[in-house]
Amino acid sequence: MSDLRFTQDHEWVRLEGGIATVGITDHAQTALGDVVFVELPEIGREVVVGEACAVVESVKAASDIFAPVAGKIVEVNAALTDNPGAINSEPTGAGWFFRMAPVDPGAVGDLLDAATYAAFVETLA
Amino acid sequence: MAIPLPETEPLLETPLGGLHRSLGARLVPFAGYAMPVQYPAGILTEHLHTRAQAGLFDVSHMGQAELLGAGAATALERLTPADVEGLQPGRQRYALLTTESGGIFDDFMVANLGSRLFLVVNASRKAEDFARIAAALPAGVRLNPLPDRALLALQGPQAVAAITPLAPELAALRFMDVAEARIGGIPVLASRSGYTGEDGFEISVPAEQAAALAKLLLAQPGVAPIGLGARDSLRLEAGLCLYGSDLDETTSPVEAALTWSIGKRRRMAWDFPGAERVREELANGPRRLRVGIRPDGRQPARGHTPIHAPGGAPIGEITSGGFGPSLNAPMAMGYVTPGHATDGTPLELLVRGKPLASRVAPMPFTPHRYAR
Repeated sequence: MSDLRFTQDHEWVRLEGGIATVGITDHAQTALGDVVFVELPEIGREVVVGEACAVVESVKAASDIFAPVAGKIVEVNAALTDNPGAINSEPTGAGWFFRMAPVDPGAVGDLLDAATYAAFVETLA
Repeated sequence: MAIPLPETEPLLETPLGGLHRSLGARLVPFAGYAMPVQYPAGILTEHLHTRAQAGLFDVSHMGQAELLGAGAATALERLTPADVEGLQPGRQRYALLTTESGGIFDDFMVANLGSRLFLVVNASRKAEDFARIAAALPAGVRLNPLPDRALLALQGPQAVAAITPLAPELAALRFMDVAEARIGGIPVLASRSGYTGEDGFEISVPAEQAAALAKLLLAQPGVAPIGLGARDSLRLEAGLCLYGSDLDETTSPVEAALTWSIGKRRRMAWDFPGAERVREELANGPRRLRVGIRPDGRQPARGHTPIHAPGGAPIGEITSGGFGPSLNAPMAMGYVTPGHATDGTPLELLVRGKPLASRVAPMPFTPHRYAR
């Protein structure tokens, strides 16, 4: 399945074949504005839930990206180095940040579904 | 990632609050006001639009005041090292309010309108500034704050073309000239100045006519609304200081590389607050100097980033930093010890604990294009 799950910190996770792909939501990229730089984690790094493991810099400010679940970083989106604007144009597609494996599918399943996340974002307005 | 929650304190609005909302602005708290940080176009686009065409900024949060009465210029000179007495009618000048210990109390603009002086001070400092000025005035000189006036900035290479059909007389102004005029029948006080490094105008207008004036200007070809986000990246590319970040009561005019704003006559008389420190620093050198800094690569370094000598000791701190959309590269300004202040000197910025190779670089980062 390729349904997205979400955190209250505005990350999304897509679990496919045991690998979790992580990025930031459309709401997050809108709030950030134009992204000009991304600092990605080292491949092989083990992270715990909620650990700051990447940084996204807009014209305005720097923001931490937190690991939505525990696991090991197995891949990063190197294309963002030359094209950080993909985070704005395709936040849940070409704008992905990193991939983690193995992850606990149950932990991914416990994250917010799309409707719950959308309702959460509404409360922030 | 964490998105800051909006503040819940009641915020003041400028006379253009309704217009900002109708234009889709994102309003954020700034100096006690709800101000547009950006419009739907976004900071990057707004910045580049201002450099390519023309941008309209609401800077009504800034403090405006008149100083009236015989001896107003002399009275103001008790608080600033600028030459105010020598300021000709119809001319404006950048100036500092200094403290007795030689720090910078605020930076501001002063214009000579013939019958009176006109001041524009920072929003975050207006209450303190006006209190300080009022307390220093002799009998016969009066400070008249103008809270019922809005302030718009029209900036960019097409600013003059936008204003010419509405007020041809304003097109004749040169950089730092001021004049009273009418724009589409609305009485304004305009100066050929701004804080983006571009040609343009700052326009003081009665609050109740501000929205009409803004709409008139936005209707001109090439003029788009621009938020405070782009105003910040534009002023940093232009090498201009932001009070509270790059200047405060601990920084001296010499450290801030603003010695040029001290009048020649004042530098002979040494009769301004903090003159002793300024004189000592001019003679023996300051302990630190404001410089431009360009990080290698694309990673920005923000305010409060520590500056180190390569592989070595801490030598200062970034005071403003970000990404320059026109520069298409990161840029910063900060204070370093004088031994590391020469253009080209390698520096290391400690960003999130990791050294970022950088160099001292000349400012402005993008050339000024004033109508001199």
